[in-house]
Amino acid sequence: MMSGTVTDNNTPTATKPEDLAGQVLDLDEDDDLEVFSKDATFMDGSSFNSPMPTSPGSMVNQYKFEEEEEVPDTKDIFVTVDKPESHVTAIETFITYRVLTKTSRSEFDSSEYEVRRRYQDFLWLKGKLEETHPTLIVHPLPEKFVMKGMMERFSDDFVETRKRALHKFLNRIADHPVLSCSEDFKIFLTAEELGTHKKQGPGFLSRIGDTVRAVAASVRGVRTRPEEFIAIQDYVEAFSQKMTSLDKVTQRIIKEQKEYSEELGEGSPVYTKWSDIEDELMVPLKLMASCLDRCHRESEEQVLQLSNSLLPTLHEYVLCTDTLKAVLRRRDNIQAELEAKTETLAGKKTEAEAEVESKVLSLAWDSLVGKDPDEVRQQRQQKLKGEMKEIKEEIDKMDDRLEWANNALKADWNRWQERMRADLRSVFNRTAEKNVEYYEKCLAVWESFLLSQKTEDSEGDNILDS
Amino acid sequence: MFSFVVYYVNTLLIDTYLLFTPQMVEKGGTLLKGLEISVAEAEKRTGKNAVSIQETYTVYLIETRAVDNVSEVANPTPDSLWRRYSEFEIFRNYLLVTYPFVVVPPLPEKRAEFVWHKLSADNMDPDFVERRRVGLENFLLRVASHPVLSNDKIFYSFLTQVFFVLCLLFCVGFFEMKHYGDELQSVISQLLRVRARVADRLYGVYKVHGNYGRVFSEWSAIEKEMGDGLQSAGHHMDAYAASIDDILEEEEHYADQLKEYLFYTEALRAVCRKHELCQFELEMAAQDLISKKQQREELATGTVRTFSLKGMTSKLFGQETPEQRETKLKTLETQIEEGEEMVKERTAECDEFVKNAWEDIERFREQKDRDLKEALISYAIMQISMCKKGIQVWNNAKECFSKM
Repeated sequence: MMSGTVTDNNTPTATKPEDLAGQVLDLDEDDDLEVFSKDATFMDGSSFNSPMPTSPGSMVNQYKFEEEEEVPDTKDIFVTVDKPESHVTAIETFITYRVLTKTSRSEFDSSEYEVRRRYQDFLWLKGKLEETHPTLIVHPLPEKFVMKGMMERFSDDFVETRKRALHKFLNRIADHPVLSCSEDFKIFLTAEELGTHKKQGPGFLSRIGDTVRAVAASVRGVRTRPEEFIAIQDYVEAFSQKMTSLDKVTQRIIKEQKEYSEELGEGSPVYTKWSDIEDELMVPLKLMASCLDRCHRESEEQVLQLSNSLLPTLHEYVLCTDTLKAVLRRRDNIQAELEAKTETLAGKKTEAEAEVESKVLSLAWDSLVGKDPDEVRQQRQQKLKGEMKEIKEEIDKMDDRLEWANNALKADWNRWQERMRADLRSVFNRTAEKNVEYYEKCLAVWESFLLSQKTEDSEGDNILDS
Repeated sequence: MFSFVVYYVNTLLIDTYLLFTPQMVEKGGTLLKGLEISVAEAEKRTGKNAVSIQETYTVYLIETRAVDNVSEVANPTPDSLWRRYSEFEIFRNYLLVTYPFVVVPPLPEKRAEFVWHKLSADNMDPDFVERRRVGLENFLLRVASHPVLSNDKIFYSFLTQVFFVLCLLFCVGFFEMKHYGDELQSVISQLLRVRARVADRLYGVYKVHGNYGRVFSEWSAIEKEMGDGLQSAGHHMDAYAASIDDILEEEEHYADQLKEYLFYTEALRAVCRKHELCQFELEMAAQDLISKKQQREELATGTVRTFSLKGMTSKLFGQETPEQRETKLKTLETQIEEGEEMVKERTAECDEFVKNAWEDIERFREQKDRDLKEALISYAIMQISMCKKGIQVWNNAKECFSKM
């Protein structure tokens, strides 16, 4: 399911695949997929409206295709984020990052692209992807502000952490079977200036309209959420709590470890001072001072691993849960909208039936205004029939849309779970490894101390013997 | 630090320096009036030092000429003896110990550190030696013109006696021991404080890991494939958190060993103080004896060397009768006899004390070196044990994580 590994450093790992052409052909041979891939609403320019794929079946097939296939170790697109630079204008100061793309995909005109992007641009991309694929899980972006006040917006640490997170964000998209084919993604990677692209898109008013609909739907709520999604919701709630806890615990450990390391460092000079007033003990005391110093430095390195590797990953997954909740909400909204439309249709039906048994009063009124009651009745029936037909068509479309959304979510949910498992397993593994390393290094330090003392003793013995 | 070979004080020497000619000392006046002092020459010597290693050093000639108080003319033939720089140091340290309220004149620099036009600090350099000679002479003259220091009997024997009083060495030794005691106390206190803080923090680190255990356990409940791995990893985190209690308890032993020596310094200081007391009492007895002898001399010769109220009144109101003088002399003689006995006693006490104390101090020093070295080794062993436990726990946890 994953088409590559995500690395923390900036250099792309796997080499370019050889048999790329064959792979692309495979995709084309599948008629359904070809239809899907040529679907304008999905792939090209018009990511403006909520897409309605013409054949939901193709979507399902797409995912089936992915699941059945072995995880290809081939990757045909490599994205790196690096070289943060500071830009100063009259109004503001901001940081841009270099986004380097190397690809052999045919949709791209060139095989290499280099652009500069700022955080806002990443936000735009995320928004576009969520708009186009409301029930796909997009990896979270690093947070906009750092609330804790620990790091300055432009401090090296902050920029470095953000750069890594942005790199991961883009790579997750590149690895995603659907999202990586997104036109917006392509634009993001290739366009010199994003400004013009950003300005395109649904007008302000239509966006408002969308939001209102969404809010109305969410207020309304879903009638019956399918069980599997309830299960996912429950899991996400619990998972969110656990991740938040782990985040907090890890932060606390880092804090304690840093303070421990500091105090350890204070011991060394005291031993040195002591060694200055001693004769026989001078050597072992000096050695002691150096041992403590080395342990102090190893301890500092260990903390680095925690803060640079474990903590950011846990934090990412905390952010992930927000994404997941949003995805579930959007799915619910789609369902709610469908249910709303269905109700409207039912309402119209009732109206139509009611119309058949019309009341005397309305007839009376009609004759008063000089209309032929039969004609009027017929007109009304026609109108209702027309409306109902329209609504029914819309419902069909929405039904399709919901089915597609549900399937997309289910498939992506499985994918996400696998990814999460791999990520967390790997990062905890690495943390444990680093801890073992730390203890091994300290062990070596103290064993060398013992060894030197024993040697001294044995030398002393030799002198006594002779 | 000093290393001492000779343990006991030569009582003969004490007697000798106590019984120097009284006219050399003028109470209230300065030695300068009675004695001309100079550091006349410098010479190179080679010889074996305390650890039997050949070395080259410079000696300086101290010349003293008695000045006739009446004629103010110096005796043409001077007394002289050779001393090296380290002996000056010993003497100055003695002054520092004995007169803590005095601003003791400094010695010229030990090493040629501040020589501006020389490339290396060469103590054999003739310019350096010459300037040192002048500096040493200046030092002696300063001491000789000091109202308090000039009366010191050790000063006189430094100038005139070849056998330098060895108990001086012990004064310095005790002084340095006291100083060492103070420093050791300060260092160990600091160390204990740091250790306590480190232990505190370490406790925090380990215990917070217990939270991992709790959260992993809760998390495993909502996971299918990851559940087992998480659960067992959680147990290891709990074990890790619990292990700190034993670790810190063991470390307490180390702290206790340090504390013992912290309290030992108190005892060490007590011994040094006792030495000071002994020394003080000896000096008091010696002072007393000297003054009695002076009085005897005055009575015997009829000359008044010192300014005293008695002397003045006797001048004003007439001198005593020969009978009165006789009685006085007899009393004085008795007192002097008693005084000499007292001094002998006190000297023997001092002697005995110094001998025993120094032996014990040496013993204590060896014990301390052994004990503390062992303590350091056992600390290292504890750290090793802690590291090994840590390695085990995290390796186990790693295995669990890879099963996730």
